[in-house]
Amino acid sequence: MVVLWTDALIYILCFAVLGIAFFLRGKEHIKRPLQNIAHSKAGMASLVVLLFFVLIGLLDSVHFKPANSKSNEIISLLDYWATPLRERGEKTYSAPLATTLYSKEMMTLADGSTQWGYPRLEFGGRHLDYPETQHLSDVLKKAGYGFAQGAGLSGLIILCYLGVRLISQGDSKCAFTLGAAARTVWAVMIIIVSLSCTLIYLSAYYHVLGTDKVGEDVFYQAVKSIRTGLVLGTLTTLIMLPMAIIFGILAGFFRGWVDDVIQYIYTTLNAIPSVLLIAASILMVQVYMANHEQDFTSVIVRADMRLLFLCLILGVTNWTGLCRLLRAETLKLREMEYVQAAQALGVKESIILLRHILPNVMHIVLISVVLDFSSLVLAEAVLSYINIGVDPTTYSWGNMINGARLEMAREPIVWWSLSAAFLFMFTLVLAANLFADTVQDAFDPRRSGG
Amino acid sequence: MIHYIIRRFLYAFPLLMGVNILTFVLFFIVNSPDDMARMQLGQKHVTEQAVSNWKQQHGYDEPLLWNANAQGKEKITRTIFYQKSVGLFLFRFGVSDSGRNIGADIQERMWPSLALALPTLCVGLLVDISFALMMVLFRGSYLEHAGIVLCVILMSISSLFYIIGGQFFIAKLLRLVPISGYDDGLAAIKFLILPVLIGVFSGVGSGARWYRTLFLEEVEKDYVRTARAKGLTETQTLFRHVLRNALIPILTGVVVILPLLFMGSLIMESFFSIPGLGSYTIDAINSQDFAIVRAMVFLGSVLYVIGLLLTDISYTLVDPRVRLS
Repeated sequence: MVVLWTDALIYILCFAVLGIAFFLRGKEHIKRPLQNIAHSKAGMASLVVLLFFVLIGLLDSVHFKPANSKSNEIISLLDYWATPLRERGEKTYSAPLATTLYSKEMMTLADGSTQWGYPRLEFGGRHLDYPETQHLSDVLKKAGYGFAQGAGLSGLIILCYLGVRLISQGDSKCAFTLGAAARTVWAVMIIIVSLSCTLIYLSAYYHVLGTDKVGEDVFYQAVKSIRTGLVLGTLTTLIMLPMAIIFGILAGFFRGWVDDVIQYIYTTLNAIPSVLLIAASILMVQVYMANHEQDFTSVIVRADMRLLFLCLILGVTNWTGLCRLLRAETLKLREMEYVQAAQALGVKESIILLRHILPNVMHIVLISVVLDFSSLVLAEAVLSYINIGVDPTTYSWGNMINGARLEMAREPIVWWSLSAAFLFMFTLVLAANLFADTVQDAFDPRRSGG
Repeated sequence: MIHYIIRRFLYAFPLLMGVNILTFVLFFIVNSPDDMARMQLGQKHVTEQAVSNWKQQHGYDEPLLWNANAQGKEKITRTIFYQKSVGLFLFRFGVSDSGRNIGADIQERMWPSLALALPTLCVGLLVDISFALMMVLFRGSYLEHAGIVLCVILMSISSLFYIIGGQFFIAKLLRLVPISGYDDGLAAIKFLILPVLIGVFSGVGSGARWYRTLFLEEVEKDYVRTARAKGLTETQTLFRHVLRNALIPILTGVVVILPLLFMGSLIMESFFSIPGLGSYTIDAINSQDFAIVRAMVFLGSVLYVIGLLLTDISYTLVDPRVRLS
């Protein structure tokens, strides 16, 4: 197993989340907002979608060197399962589910003569003898079969769940009546499982979302991009949180020169247009990497370092907003009676900060983390478009869009790369936005009344 | 008032100094001028002579912070840090890698940027605020719910898709406007319609949502209840009272970005090939022209500081409760 830098940080993040969840279990002030979230249909539905994406992202974060390969390549668990998709490249563009290439070329027929036409794909629809007549019915049949598999699988899961409920509660009437939110969760789950089963089954025979310019499967690219989006959205917050929390609370609590210095730092950082700061830093990393080639042997290590560095830079440009919010909130909190009482009782300042201030600003931290997530995923696309985002060899939606930009001018147009990136990105960001709304409603004391 | 403004101007100086030091560290300490020279000249087969020539051409042939070989005051002044910083503070940005004067380029390219950014801001503000007001007016109804859902959907789509989609449908399929390009004077309008439209559309989701929360906060307040009790209709309270009071946060949010409009929008300008500062910056980033990027960073922070100052002044103008001291 090979642990890349971002992998390690993702594992740490997972453990941190589990640890915090364990620490906070059963705490009354956390339970109430969590119940609010659990009762929200949109919130739970988007949570299921997010968890599905996270699952794929985690699968893609377990890297290892395949035993039988001689080359120095590092692949992930997801790559391993998607090996057929990864290796069955075509020559160039082909439309989704197509059996022939996108462009005409000279073909050599069996009898030796040459003909100008659309050559068959090497892998997509190879099993068909007469694609003209069999194609549509075969696609429908395969899709139906995959869908049935998925529906069966999700049905099985639901049966298991209901069985467990029945055993634990004993009462059959109570066990089989699900709340409105629970019904939504299961409905979304059935859709996701069936859809992904259909796509997986189809992708064994066809290129479900077509192939790109060098003949790589677009579906595979889009799925691989999930990890990049998630890494950027989560690791960036992991990097910016310590800075924002420590500086924000200290500035608000101690005021005076501490406040002045911290305000000076974040105003300075704010003053630089963030895109330019990112551009400048990424340029510098490029120069550094070009001059220290020996440290970055494998392409994937190099791309990973750049991804991590991008998270770092995004964290540096993004922490100021949260820091300002926390400072304002701490300024308010330090005048509260309970903080003043603690001060009067002679409690140490560090204890006051940890016990009384920190827990009471946590809802702001949580809300801003979920709110930032979607904007970071969107920012990745823009940054990659300007060539200051992730490494060009990394799979990401931004790189897909960047590559697909000129394809719109082709005739007939190559729409599938762009649509695939759009579809995946839109699903993730929409789910994140809806979930952020629910979290905000549940945790923000100003909004919980409504 | 005058005293306050002067003090703020003085406060801006350490701020800009901080920006300057930060960019200096980024551009000259993380990678030495030698590294940059090698990068620019290509990695392999670079002679020492070529590197030192390149450095001399760009004025990077002095020591970074301390010139031990020079005499007296020149120990400090004959360094890269001093010369480049003084240049920035006097708005003498020097020469780009392609040999053009950066200051002149900026002056020339600032106007197309403004011609794109200003209409986008104004129309966007108008559309966002009216949309938000509509949602507040019909609050609690299905219309508001549909509006919120629409906002969330609109803001979940990357701005790149708006641009690509807009260019494809409006310019390529319907052929209503040219796909990209720019012209001087009034002829520029037909090139600007589409980018302005797309700019407004891509911002409407988050903008309208934000203004809606501002209005809703205002609607809950006592004076609104009094206004209603007085017998004013819902529209009257909304336009006469709520809108006016909510304008304070809106205005301050707008004023701070007003100077930054000169900087232009990076992606818009590069997609529509408008020769503004945004596309200038992108070109510089792509050709790794450090002098331009550094100049733009500095310019951006100067404009931001001006924006902060304007915000404070506008506060006193619109809100009589605020006094500067």
